[in-house]
Amino acid sequence: MATKASRSAARIMMAPAVVLLLGWMLVPLIMTLYFSFTKYLPLRGDSLERGLDWVGFSNYARFISSSSFWPSVQTTLVMVGGVLLITVVLGILLALLLDQPIWGQGVVRILVIAPFFVMPTVSALVWKNMMMDPVNGILAHLWRFFGAEPISWLSDVPLGSVVLIVSWQWLPFATLILLTAIQSLDSEQLEAAEMDGAPSLKRFWHIILPHLSRAITIVILIQTIFLLSIFAEIFVTTGGAFGTRTLTYLIFQRVIDSQNIGLGSAGGVYAIILANIVAIFLMRIVGKNLDA
Amino acid sequence: MARAITPRRKALTTAAAWTVALLIFFPIFWTILTSFKTEAQAINDPPLFWNFDWTLENYGVVQERSDYMRFLWNSVIIAGGSTLLGILIAVPAAWSMAFVPSRRTKDILLWMLSTKMLPAVGVLYPISLLFVQFNLLDTRAGLVVVLMLINLPIIVWMLYTYFKEIPGEILEAARMDGATLKEEILYVLTPMAVPGIASTVLLNFILAWNEAFWTLNLTAANAAPLTAFIASYSSPEGLFFAKLSAASTMAIAPILILGWFSQKQLVRGLTFGAVK
Repeated sequence: MATKASRSAARIMMAPAVVLLLGWMLVPLIMTLYFSFTKYLPLRGDSLERGLDWVGFSNYARFISSSSFWPSVQTTLVMVGGVLLITVVLGILLALLLDQPIWGQGVVRILVIAPFFVMPTVSALVWKNMMMDPVNGILAHLWRFFGAEPISWLSDVPLGSVVLIVSWQWLPFATLILLTAIQSLDSEQLEAAEMDGAPSLKRFWHIILPHLSRAITIVILIQTIFLLSIFAEIFVTTGGAFGTRTLTYLIFQRVIDSQNIGLGSAGGVYAIILANIVAIFLMRIVGKNLDA
Repeated sequence: MARAITPRRKALTTAAAWTVALLIFFPIFWTILTSFKTEAQAINDPPLFWNFDWTLENYGVVQERSDYMRFLWNSVIIAGGSTLLGILIAVPAAWSMAFVPSRRTKDILLWMLSTKMLPAVGVLYPISLLFVQFNLLDTRAGLVVVLMLINLPIIVWMLYTYFKEIPGEILEAARMDGATLKEEILYVLTPMAVPGIASTVLLNFILAWNEAFWTLNLTAANAAPLTAFIASYSSPEGLFFAKLSAASTMAIAPILILGWFSQKQLVRGLTFGAVK
């Protein structure tokens, strides 16, 4: 049983991790909050040493009323929503397929999981050049083979292309988690339903899908958190041009390209609030799991 | 009773699964294949699948022109360093949370997880400012610290779920047999914890290796790892498909191999134990 001594020892053992994470969270967060209320343009001579002008909520108002804000929100929603839809639907189908007895299951799994381990800059560049290049890309060859005019992917359907690339990266993640969940399904229940003559579509709707609902929720929440901060894929392919500027990318441009720290920080605070709304739901599920 | 499967059905599902798997894997396969072609063959019309002269020339050129080994070394140091540092800090924390839980343990775990949700771009400027202040910009040490911090919640969580599975009775039995605390940790707990720690190291090494926000934004010439090196290829200079492929293959090969060993841990690590 835990004694008083072991309790204080436990506290000491936990201290480094807690203190470091607390600092990592609070210090930059407070700085961002502070900057968001100031006029801070380093290129025009504003600096911390000379003191910054307090401007109240005007950065927040300006960030929202700028003409690029709502398009960026829309782009973010389309991108996150599109990737979620593709990865969850295809992930379920693929997980069902991989759950079947097949020859060479191990190798198939390895091939399917591989894109998840490819670093984002590599997958973006490989898709941009090797796959989507309008002259030499594989897709262009394929289109010509069928007698069609090759598509210039990243300028004709830029947002769709980025969604495709990101979906390719995240499909393995969704598939793997859903497959793990399917495999934990009680096979006796399925067999009983099968013997009762329930057709496979009915078995899917009434037994498999309800069983998967928790795993699907988790996939959606975790992916959303990662997808909201998609960066390298846009940075490498379009650089935020042609309507692929997400909220994250817009903030990045405000801070790094135009060096408007006050405005960018206000945007950052919006992004933090947005991510936290998603996070609350995820934490609830994870927290419930801790009690069990 | 196992369900009876007709060979016909198995053949059909096998064909379907292999088709999908090969489609998904194709971009990687194509990249690896192209890395062995000459630049002219790489953009040949129609695309060449086998009838080309295999060459290792691209690998040599990439190393020579851009000193590839330096970026590789940076990646190894940054990913390895941040993982080791994270493990050193997380093992005691996860250990005490798993074996001496208090009423607040759950809250602390959830709070740690919540720090992972902070969007990086929201704190980009403060972090760069602090990096300038402490002379950490474009240093490997700086990145080791930042990547350790962003992965620390995952490391603590993974270790916690592994340690939780070690039955407490074994510890009590050891204590009854007169084991001291030191012996208990050394001979009873450690051997049982090693597989969990190894899995955690593996997954976090992969995550740190592939991290592409901080590595792109906080490095320039000196500390840039492979993620940044590859990104520099986004500005094309003439014919470069084969060289891009060679550079990409070298960047992803080690992690693909490690990753294939870590499929199971991936699920546990990235769902924070919610799906096992």
